[in-house]
Amino acid sequence: MNGAIPGALARGGGWALDALDLVGSLARLGWSALQSLGRSLARLQPLRWREIVRQMLEAGNRSLPLVGLISALIGMILALQSAYQLRQFGATDLVANLVAISVTRELAPLLAAIVVAGRVGSAIAAELGTMRVNEEIDALTVIGIDPVSFLVVPRILGLLVTLPCLTAFADALGILGGFLVATFGLGMAPLPYLRASLDALVLEDIFGGLLKAACFALVLGLVGCQRGLSVRGGPEQVGRATTSAVVTSILLVILVDLGVTAILYVR
Amino acid sequence: MAQQLEEVDQPVLRIEKLEKSLGDRKVLHGVDLQVREGETLIVLGGSGAGKSTLLRCILGLEQPDAGRVLMRGVDVHRARGDELRQVRERIGVAFQGGALFGSRTVAANLDLVLREFTSLPPSTRSIVIRIKLSLVGLGGAESRYPSQLSGGMRKRAALARALALDPELLFCDEPSAGLDPVTAAGIDRLLIRLKEVFGVTMVVVTHDLHSAFALGDRLALLHEGRVHAVGPVEELRGSLDPVVRRFLDREADDNEESLSQFAELSGDTEAALTAKVARDDA
Repeated sequence: MNGAIPGALARGGGWALDALDLVGSLARLGWSALQSLGRSLARLQPLRWREIVRQMLEAGNRSLPLVGLISALIGMILALQSAYQLRQFGATDLVANLVAISVTRELAPLLAAIVVAGRVGSAIAAELGTMRVNEEIDALTVIGIDPVSFLVVPRILGLLVTLPCLTAFADALGILGGFLVATFGLGMAPLPYLRASLDALVLEDIFGGLLKAACFALVLGLVGCQRGLSVRGGPEQVGRATTSAVVTSILLVILVDLGVTAILYVR
Repeated sequence: MAQQLEEVDQPVLRIEKLEKSLGDRKVLHGVDLQVREGETLIVLGGSGAGKSTLLRCILGLEQPDAGRVLMRGVDVHRARGDELRQVRERIGVAFQGGALFGSRTVAANLDLVLREFTSLPPSTRSIVIRIKLSLVGLGGAESRYPSQLSGGMRKRAALARALALDPELLFCDEPSAGLDPVTAAGIDRLLIRLKEVFGVTMVVVTHDLHSAFALGDRLALLHEGRVHAVGPVEELRGSLDPVVRRFLDREADDNEESLSQFAELSGDTEAALTAKVARDDA
């Protein structure tokens, strides 16, 4: 029985060290990406526009339908659940407000980020991991092309544009989902519902959500690239890196979400 | 005449007392090696002898713990900015598996290098690409993707990319590994032609004796992280040194010991099986 405590302690310590290690390598990668971006902006090296646009489109194409579908469904569920609760107070008018605010502030950025983690973050880790295994990253270095400026910066910038766009799209579809349930399922009047939705929203809600999305994009891009670049050994490590990229980035996204929410909305 | 000789003897690449540990294991124990203008140096060695680590250190992919790598007098690991760029421009590397960028066509792979280092207009670049590809026998493969190429073609494409900037020094990592004997011989022939026609200085890392003898001017045998022997091919082939002999005669290390271990192991299995059968019977 006593033996279990040191074991658990050791595991906990191992976890803590791994977490520190991860934060350290993410910070290092982020810093070199920032430096590389700085060099590009100072025109010391090209900013790879074509690659950025390609990454944006790819991230968007991969995730758009799923993000739309999931947010519409979550908007519907939210309307149903909140109507059930609010009916007890005779406050079903507030369904519109509740859906609009929860979707824009919280659910749209989070859902978009989770979908993108699964579809794009994993793809980034797999792609860079495969390039690492095939010595393509070494080849880039030997040719004299900085892998960070060539691979990491375009992916992070691409996500920084795409994820807020996807979030805005999710905002719209989430509210639409709630609207459909409220009008057709709960029998609320359509126009007052829409007006209530718009009245409830202030710009701060929407921009706060988009700001969150940008933070999440940074996390997803960094984790995906770091996991991919740190692949050592053979192809089986690529699979491991891919899974780890998704798990790690979802966890980090939620942690960052908590932090940003606390900063933005708690006064 | 004396000056000319000196110029000929001036090494393109000089490796001095290179040491490198990977984790706890010391892989390179002070490697000294020189590559002279126009020659083909073969770096031979068994698995784990430190061949790939040596190559990675030379290319600047790993930072050595001690020692220097000088490319025409420039320390590869200290060079920064333009100096480093010049070093990169002067070397070409054909990686073992090709290391072609999978998301780009063969032509785009070469174009990437040309765009990075030259200011040639696209039309000129595509002419250069066509010339380089036909040089390695891949004319017409411009628009194919690396995944559509066979192993031998991939190595040829990698060579073409390595040659895109007409490097002074060409590194080939295991050019014949993973190829059937006929294709491997084709690659060897191609490298010999490059050497004869263009006088490319080459460093070829390999464990394939056949291509080593076919290609090499000098051989360097890497053994336990040191250059155990280095010299002209004929000299090494005639060497009586036991390590050189063992490698060149393809004798397995500690042959008998492993055989006896195997016998022991299979004896154990037999005993265990007999015991199990006896138990089952009972």
